Amino acid sequence: MTELILFVLFGVGALAGAIMMVASRNPVYSALGLIGTMFSIAVLYVVNGAHFVAAVQIVVYAGAVMTLFLFVIMLIGVDQPEDTTEQLPIQRPAALALGAILLIGFVVVIAAGTLAGSDDGTVVGTVEAIADELFTNWLLPFEVTTLLLVIASVGAIVLAQFKLRDRK
Amino acid sequence: MDFLDVLIIIVKVVVAFVFLLINTLLLIWAERKVVAWMQNRVGPTRAGPAGVLQGLADGIKLFFKEHITPRNVEFNVYILAPVLSLLPALLIFTVIPMGPSFAIGERTVSFQVTDLNVGLLFIIAMSSTAVYAVVLAGWSSGSKYPLLGGVRATAQAISYEAAMGLALVPAIVYAGTLSLSELVAHQSGRFAGLLPNWHIIVLAPSFILFFIAAVAETNRAPFDLVEAESELVGGFHTEYSGIRFALFFLAEYINIFSMSALAVTVFLGGFNGPALFEVGTFPASLVGVVWFLVKTYAVVFLFFWIRATLPRLRYDQLMELGWKRLIPATLAWLGVFSIVLGFVRFGAPWA
Repeated sequence: MTELILFVLFGVGALAGAIMMVASRNPVYSALGLIGTMFSIAVLYVVNGAHFVAAVQIVVYAGAVMTLFLFVIMLIGVDQPEDTTEQLPIQRPAALALGAILLIGFVVVIAAGTLAGSDDGTVVGTVEAIADELFTNWLLPFEVTTLLLVIASVGAIVLAQFKLRDRK
Repeated sequence: MDFLDVLIIIVKVVVAFVFLLINTLLLIWAERKVVAWMQNRVGPTRAGPAGVLQGLADGIKLFFKEHITPRNVEFNVYILAPVLSLLPALLIFTVIPMGPSFAIGERTVSFQVTDLNVGLLFIIAMSSTAVYAVVLAGWSSGSKYPLLGGVRATAQAISYEAAMGLALVPAIVYAGTLSLSELVAHQSGRFAGLLPNWHIIVLAPSFILFFIAAVAETNRAPFDLVEAESELVGGFHTEYSGIRFALFFLAEYINIFSMSALAVTVFLGGFNGPALFEVGTFPASLVGVVWFLVKTYAVVFLFFWIRATLPRLRYDQLMELGWKRLIPATLAWLGVFSIVLGFVRFGAPWA
């Protein structure tokens, strides 16, 4: 019962945040909507017993959206709403097509019934349980993901170095 | 989960909330007294004995003041920001264990609102959301100085959050848990038969690095560039008045207390100390709470001491200290500590 109430409350919250993010004219409100969605999803994780995932979700996305804020304030300006002329005419049909593919995917998965969550909300979401799984059954995918992140951060540093050299 | 369990949780939440509010009033008075003492002044003396009610008087004054709302503010966000600053401050405190648990009948009640398995991560998550309030307040005020304060806050928070999180990792590696009550339990007993078994003995560099990052994370002097009076008028809260300003003030002091409590829990043995009474009874728990509070106020005193002693850093110095000194130092210490601990626990790999 508690799970249902929380699911309805924060499911609606997540949707409202997502709509706010897409619909608002002011980019700061968009970022706010995004945070709202992230937090609502974190609560849904907690309801399902996955505390670790919820905490990581907030740590990672809170930081990420924070950077987004900085970009908004620094690049777009404080009080001007976003420029609404379309720079990429192809992006609207492309977005529609990709959205349609996503929708079909959802329908297929739900119809196949493989999307069942835990029945009683008793996923063992402790750090120990997750570490056990990650470092035994899923070691290779985990390490490959790590490599991906290392490549990204090395790339960022290299780009910054190029810029420094150009200035000199 | 029956009626009594729910009642216990409600009582805990209310007690923690009331404690934090009263504690803040005392902290404001204590800070003014300590700083005055260090600067050869007397500090507040008028309200109550030795001015102890000064915080209450200021609070009542702020409560009854007119709310001034400047014309250029983005109203919804402007109203939301003070509330957002208070929420994470209160939530951080819910996972901190204040004393050993005791038994009422068949139930065991702990002096902690909730014991999360991911307690430390929860605290890091909450302290990273706390900065939203500052940025949103700065942006929504629609004025230059708050905006500059807000932008500074973002950069500072992103830089020092990483250092703070990394400084805590050796403690997690050493104790093998993220739960704060288990961290405290890991520090009970004696170290080498003589000293208390606190993490600070093994992890002294971590404590120092964490404390520096925590001062920066709570925007206290010498890292208070977010509200540097001589440059930014009041920084992010320039356009706030009355109770809205009071909420920011409240959040700042609760954050200082929570960060000190976290330092005590992770490095200084938490509520461990001579029990004096039979373990598991209510008096023994109260003694534990006293030990916890004594240690926490000692760390809070460090915050005040630093504020009275050090001048504010320049902005480029702040960034350089964060990125070029603190983060490499935490990473190097983490590497060294992990390797040494690996040798001690598992022996040399070639043996």
